[in-house]
Amino acid sequence: MAKNTKKTEAPAAAPQAPAEPAGKPAGGLFGYAPAPESPAAAGDIASSYGHFIGGQFVDSSGSEALKTVNPATEQVLAEFARGTAEDVDRAVAAARAAFTDWSALPGSERAKYLFRIARIIQERSRELAVLESIDNGKPIRETRDVDLPLVAAHFFYYAGWADKLDFAGYGPNPKPLGVAGQVIPWNFPLLMLAWKIAPALATGNTVVLKPAETTPLTALRFAEICRQAGLPKGVVNIVTGDGSTGAALTAHPDVNKVAFTGSTPVGRAIAKQVAGTRKKLSLELGGKAANIVFDDAPIDQAVEGIVNGIFFNQGHVCCAGSRLLVQESVQDELLDALKRRMGTLRVGDPLDKNTDIGAINSAEQLARITALTDAGEAEGAERWSPACELPGTGFWFRPTLFTGVSQAHRIAQEEIFGPVLSVLTFRTPDEAVAKANNTPYGLSAGIWTEKGSRILWTASRLRAGVVWANTFNKFDPTSPFGGYKESGYGREGGRHGLEAYLDV
Amino acid sequence: MSDVVSRLDVLKTYKLYVGGKFPRSESGRVYEVTDAKGEWLANAPLGTRKDARDAVVAARAAVKGWSGTTAYNRGQVLYRVAEMLQGRREQFAAEVALSEGVGAKKAAALVDAAIDRWVWYAGWTDKVAQIAGGANPVAGPFFNLSTPEPTGVVGIVAPQAGYGHSLLGLVSVIAPAVATGNTVVVAAAADAPLPALSLGEVLATSDVPGGVVNILSGRTADIAPTLASHQDVNALDLTGAIAADGPGAAGGLEALAADTLKRVIRPEPDPFAQDWTNAPGTDRLLSFLETKTVWHPMGI
Repeated sequence: MAKNTKKTEAPAAAPQAPAEPAGKPAGGLFGYAPAPESPAAAGDIASSYGHFIGGQFVDSSGSEALKTVNPATEQVLAEFARGTAEDVDRAVAAARAAFTDWSALPGSERAKYLFRIARIIQERSRELAVLESIDNGKPIRETRDVDLPLVAAHFFYYAGWADKLDFAGYGPNPKPLGVAGQVIPWNFPLLMLAWKIAPALATGNTVVLKPAETTPLTALRFAEICRQAGLPKGVVNIVTGDGSTGAALTAHPDVNKVAFTGSTPVGRAIAKQVAGTRKKLSLELGGKAANIVFDDAPIDQAVEGIVNGIFFNQGHVCCAGSRLLVQESVQDELLDALKRRMGTLRVGDPLDKNTDIGAINSAEQLARITALTDAGEAEGAERWSPACELPGTGFWFRPTLFTGVSQAHRIAQEEIFGPVLSVLTFRTPDEAVAKANNTPYGLSAGIWTEKGSRILWTASRLRAGVVWANTFNKFDPTSPFGGYKESGYGREGGRHGLEAYLDV
Repeated sequence: MSDVVSRLDVLKTYKLYVGGKFPRSESGRVYEVTDAKGEWLANAPLGTRKDARDAVVAARAAVKGWSGTTAYNRGQVLYRVAEMLQGRREQFAAEVALSEGVGAKKAAALVDAAIDRWVWYAGWTDKVAQIAGGANPVAGPFFNLSTPEPTGVVGIVAPQAGYGHSLLGLVSVIAPAVATGNTVVVAAAADAPLPALSLGEVLATSDVPGGVVNILSGRTADIAPTLASHQDVNALDLTGAIAADGPGAAGGLEALAADTLKRVIRPEPDPFAQDWTNAPGTDRLLSFLETKTVWHPMGI
C-alpha cells in the first residue's frame, strides 16, 4: 500500500549521510545493530508438499519432486511435487466441477468468502511475511510493509466488487468465463497470487494456479487459508511445478481463461499456444522502464525515487526503473548524490529488519544478472558499486550502476531483473521521450520535475501503462496495472481488472 | 438490339486508398469483381504484401498527428465523413445492392445505417475517456488517474460475411478504431471490395488526414499475414478472417500476431450469422485502447 511503501522509500539513512560500507551492522551516526525477525514465525514448513486439488492436499500422479531453497542460505526448505499433465487435468476437473455452484452463488455470498480470506491474511500476515522472505529472499521490511498489506487489500477490494458487477460498466449481469488457468512469477509470489485469484473469484470463475518453481510455499500456505475460510472445494486449486506444468495448464482444453505474469518470451509462447482457441488471455510481461530526471527535479527526492525504483525487491520487478535518463546539466550532481545514497544500502540477511537489499532469488537468476552486467562492461559501459560486504553463502549481487551507456547496449535494451541501473543522458524533453520509448517494452516510466505542465506533457507521450511522477513503484488494488506494446495486454487492479475475467 | 448507345457511361477505375492518395497496386495487377450472380462489375486492384507494408508506413506516419488531435476535433472529422457519405447515398446503395445481392430498398437502408454509424462514433470521441478512465482512490496521499490512449496502428481484416458486411460492417470496424485515435490498414472484403474502395473517396474529402485510414483490396491470404506479422502494427482485428484454413485463417494469423504481442479481436464463432445492423455497443470502441495510469504525490 502506498502509505506503507513510503517507509521503504525513505529509510532512516538520509541521503546526505556519510558513505559507509553497506552490510556492516554497526558504526557511525546511522549504524544499526542487527534486528532479525524470527524464522520460527514462518510456522511449520513441511518436508514435502503435494498439490491442493478439490480442497485437499493430494500427492502428485508423478514421482518427481522439486526442491525450494532459501536463497539467503542455500538450504533446502522443502520438497514439492513437479505437477504432471495428469495432475493439471485433475485440478482443472475439480475447478470445472466447482464452477457451477460457485458461479451461481449470489455475488454477496462470494464477496463474504473473499472478505474472510482478506481478514485471515491480515491475521496471519506476520507468518506469511516471514515465510515469503525465507522462500524468496526479499527483505522482511518489504514483505511486511508492502507485499502483505497489498495482498490483503487486493482481496478486500475485489471482495466488494463481487455483488456490484452490474455497475462495473460491462452491461447488466456480466458472466464469468469458467475455469481460469493462472501462472505466476517468483518475484512477488503471494501478491501475484492475489492479483490473479481475487478478481477471478469475485467475478465467479474458479481457478487452477501454478506458483513459480522457486517460490511455492506461500501459495501452499494460502491453500490452508482457503480451508480456514471455508471456501467451497475446487474453487481454488494449486498445482506446483516448473515450466512444463505451466505449459500443461495453459494448453488444457477445458481452461477458458489464461492469465500469465512473467517474461516476454514465455508470454509470446503462450499467446501462440492459445491462438485459434476461444480462451481469453491476459499477459503481464517484462519491462525496461525509463526513470526520467529533468534539470529542475528535486535531487534528493529523485535519488530516493531512483533507489526505490531499481533496488526495491533486488530489482526483481517487471516495472523497475532500470534505465535512468538524466538531463545532462544535472548528471554530475545527481550521480554524486545517488552514489552517496547507494553507499548506505544494506545488503544481507532478508530477515534483518534493517536490510534494504536481500538475496537474489536463485542461482539461475544470479547467473543471468552476472552475464548481462559482464556484457555491459564488455560493451564499454562503466561499472560502479559501493564497497559492500556480501554474506559467504547464498545468492547476492551488489547494487550496481552503469554510466556511459548507449541505447544499443544490451544493458539498455534487455530486462536484467536485478539491482542494476543503466544511466543514459538527454538534453531536451523530446530526446528524453524518444529514448524512453525506444524499447519494445511499455510497462512503466518515471518523471522527476517540479513543473506540472512538463509532467503532463511527458506523461502523455510515454508509451507505458503506469507513469509515476515524482514517485516510483507505487501499487494499489484500485489502480490498474499493465503494459503497452510487448509488456503484454489487459490490466490488473481496479475496475479495469474485472474485464479479464468476464465474458465481455 | 444494337450494342451502340447514344452516350457511353464513364466507368470508374477503382484504386487503393493509401496515405491519402489513390495508387494502383504496386503489382500492376487487378482481379475481377462480380455481383452476387457472377456478372462482372469492375476490376479491383490486387493488393500485395508490398502494398500492405506501404500502407503500414502511411498509417504509422499518421499516428502522431491523429492521436494528438483533440477528441472534439476527431468527432467533427468523423461527423464530416457522415455528411460526405450522405451526399453519395445513391452511389453506395447501388454498390451495396450489387455486392451483397440485396434489393434496392434494403441496400439503401444499409447505407443509411452506415451513415448513422459514423454519427454514433463521432459522438463517442470526446466521451470514451470518461467511461473508460477515471480517478482511482488509492490508499495514500496520491493523485491517481487512468486514461485510455490509442493502441497505435490497427490492421483490420474487414467483414466478409453477415448481413450488411460490405459497407455497414466495414464502417463498424473502421470507425471505432479511428474514433479513439488509432490509424488503420484495412483489407477489404475480397469478394465485395467496391463499397470499401469508394469509401476511400469519401474519406479523402472528409478532412480525415491522409494515412489515418488505408484501404486495400485483394486476397485476404496475401494481405492479412503481412499485417499480422508486421512489427509496426500494434493490434489486429480478425473479424473478416473467416477462412477455415490456409494463410488467411484466423488461428494462424493470431499465432503470427503473437510474435509481437498484438492485441487481437477474433472472428465471431459464426460470422455468417452476424447482422451488422445490430446496435454496436462499446466493445469495439474499447478494444484498441491502452489504459495509462499516472501517479503523483499530493502535499504542500
